[in-house]
Amino acid sequence: MNPHRRHPFIRVATILVYFFLYAPILVLVLYSFNASRTNILFAGFIPSFGALQMGGSTVVQSPCGPFHWFCELSRNREVGLAARNTLTIAFISTFISTIIGTMAALAIQRYNFRLKSFSQLSLYVPIVIPEIVMGIGILTLFSQLFGILNGAFGLEGDSRLSLGLGTVIVSHIAFSVPFVTLVVQARLQGFDKSFEEAAMDLGANELITFWRVTFPMILPGVLSGALLAFTLSLDDFVITFFTTGPGATTLPIYVYGLLRRIITPQVNALSTVWIAIVLTVVFLLQRLQSREAK
Amino acid sequence: MTQTSEFAVELRDVVKTFKTPEGTLLNAVDHVNMQIKHGEFFSMLGSSGCGKTTSLRMMAGFEWPTEGDVYIEGNAQGHTPPFQRPVNTVFQSYALFQHMTIYQNIAFGLEMERAPADEVKTRVGRLLDMVQLNGMERRYPKQLSGGQQQRVALARALVKMPNVLLLDEPLGALDLKLRKEMQLELKAIQQKVGITFVYVTHDQEEALTMSDRIAVMSKGKVMQVGIPVEIYERPQSRFVADFIGESNFFEGIVQSVEQDRATVLVPSLKAEVTGLNTGQVGVGQKAIISIRPEKIRISEQPALKTNFFNGTVKTTTYIGSDTHVYVDMGGGVTLKVWEQNKISSLDPRAYYVQGQKVCLNLFPENTLILAES
Ligand SMILES: Nc1ncnc2c1ncn2[C@@H]1O[C@H](COP(=O)(O)OP(=O)(O)OP(=O)(O)O)[C@@H](O)[C@H]1O
Ligand SMILES: [Mg+2]
Repeated sequence: MNPHRRHPFIRVATILVYFFLYAPILVLVLYSFNASRTNILFAGFIPSFGALQMGGSTVVQSPCGPFHWFCELSRNREVGLAARNTLTIAFISTFISTIIGTMAALAIQRYNFRLKSFSQLSLYVPIVIPEIVMGIGILTLFSQLFGILNGAFGLEGDSRLSLGLGTVIVSHIAFSVPFVTLVVQARLQGFDKSFEEAAMDLGANELITFWRVTFPMILPGVLSGALLAFTLSLDDFVITFFTTGPGATTLPIYVYGLLRRIITPQVNALSTVWIAIVLTVVFLLQRLQSREAK
Repeated sequence: MTQTSEFAVELRDVVKTFKTPEGTLLNAVDHVNMQIKHGEFFSMLGSSGCGKTTSLRMMAGFEWPTEGDVYIEGNAQGHTPPFQRPVNTVFQSYALFQHMTIYQNIAFGLEMERAPADEVKTRVGRLLDMVQLNGMERRYPKQLSGGQQQRVALARALVKMPNVLLLDEPLGALDLKLRKEMQLELKAIQQKVGITFVYVTHDQEEALTMSDRIAVMSKGKVMQVGIPVEIYERPQSRFVADFIGESNFFEGIVQSVEQDRATVLVPSLKAEVTGLNTGQVGVGQKAIISIRPEKIRISEQPALKTNFFNGTVKTTTYIGSDTHVYVDMGGGVTLKVWEQNKISSLDPRAYYVQGQKVCLNLFPENTLILAES
């Protein structure tokens, strides 16, 4: 008997996994072209002639045709703002948490210090702790801190410290750092210190050795860490929910708000655009990384 | 290369203490003194864990001595970082920069010196010629064979024209044939460039064939330093005689000393053996007798008037160029004798067969009397 013959179970399992992973996404994308406003049944695509006409809960005609909900979306200024906030937060928190996480990984790998095992363990705490607990914790911390600071410096009105973009960014950095550290650590595991010794032996000081040898060699790990931090930040709802303030609404928060009112296919359109962007970014980074690895 | 000192590298009473994971202290290098001359091919030879790599790393500056100091060209190195020492290293793992091409790897050291671009080009070109890697400069290290990577590592260190080149088992990862080739090539390159080589190996044959001088090390200490012939023919201790090549040993008490000869009573043989008193052992003192298996003359009738001993052949092993004969001397003593094969191809029988009575002749000039260590 051919030992490599596939067991039928494997085939079934594969199909099921792909079905549950991708069917929701496909449905979601399909419904963003829905002619029905209520989003419960798929009422067909919207034809593209003439002015906007709505018959009951169905869109009969639209200048944008099947892309009606995308056009609606592009006219929605709140979405634009939320998208901008989301990206700002993601970029800044990724940048900072990647730097901190990489440095932490290097320190834990290289040096023996007194709290080494403690700091290694403390990395796992934010990962295993329920997000909602962390969110409440951060919120409590910020409000206490801001209360004290506002009182101490007599800050009034607009100059009062309050929740907003800044607090969201700080909290995102806080939960991303452990992930970046662990990913970079995995990369450092097999890192032979003789590469650095060779560079120093050939006349490079510590700084040049880091930039010319260490960093290029761990770059794939750093990029994976950054990618993880970026997607975590883009996705995050729970912690953002607690630490956001007026004017700092992110896309997940905004979508949640929409859902509480009415579910129009606009939400689907937004999700479709979002998925497309994230997939493109991931794909590009993967390409970059595999070229780097060569 | 300005010669400001008699020695290229000198270790003066160097100790390196490590804290083991078990919490005890270990002297990986234990009061070592070593003087390496200019232009010399100097080998450190010893079994695993004897402190060879640690000694080399202290010369390179990757480790600092706990006591004593390393002198390069007469200058105490103290805590001088590696990038300020006039030495370069060829690593056992090669440590080639994977993200750089062969050219970039070799040019790295010159770039650090801020050498002008055209000079870098000519010097790298010359090294590529020397290690026969022309046409490979655009490749990445992973695209080369082990032997080729080894050459790149050598070129990368040599391009800086250091006063001293440190090599830590550079041929360890190569197969036997390539190893032999590279041994000859390395030696030729060393003679061509005239740079002092400090070479770490645990392969005695490699050390004997390549070195001008060898330091035999054991447990952090230098046991003997000398030219290859000295190390092999005049070992100063049982350890060196045993570690380099093979040897038969007896223990006994010196009965008489006459010029450079001494006669030792060996209880296990129930006889007296005369040999060269290389250990300067005095009458009444304990001594170790060492004789190499190939220096024992085996015969059916005694070939010497004295210093011959009778025994019975226990086993023989035919290994092509030699036959190894193990002779039972009685009293639980077995001697190894290597007999070169000069058998006629028409009659390829072993000379000696199991159970045969033979006579072992120990020529006094080949029998060494060593002090007990
Ligand atoms: N950083 C270190 N910490 C603790 N002990 C060490 C360290 N480096 C080396 N040692 C110990 O020092 C001793 C000498 O090591 P060294 O690497 O110099 O041996 P070596 O002669 O090069 O051996 P090999 O032929 O196996 O390479 C060994 O017992 C080793 O375990
Ligand atoms: Mg070693």
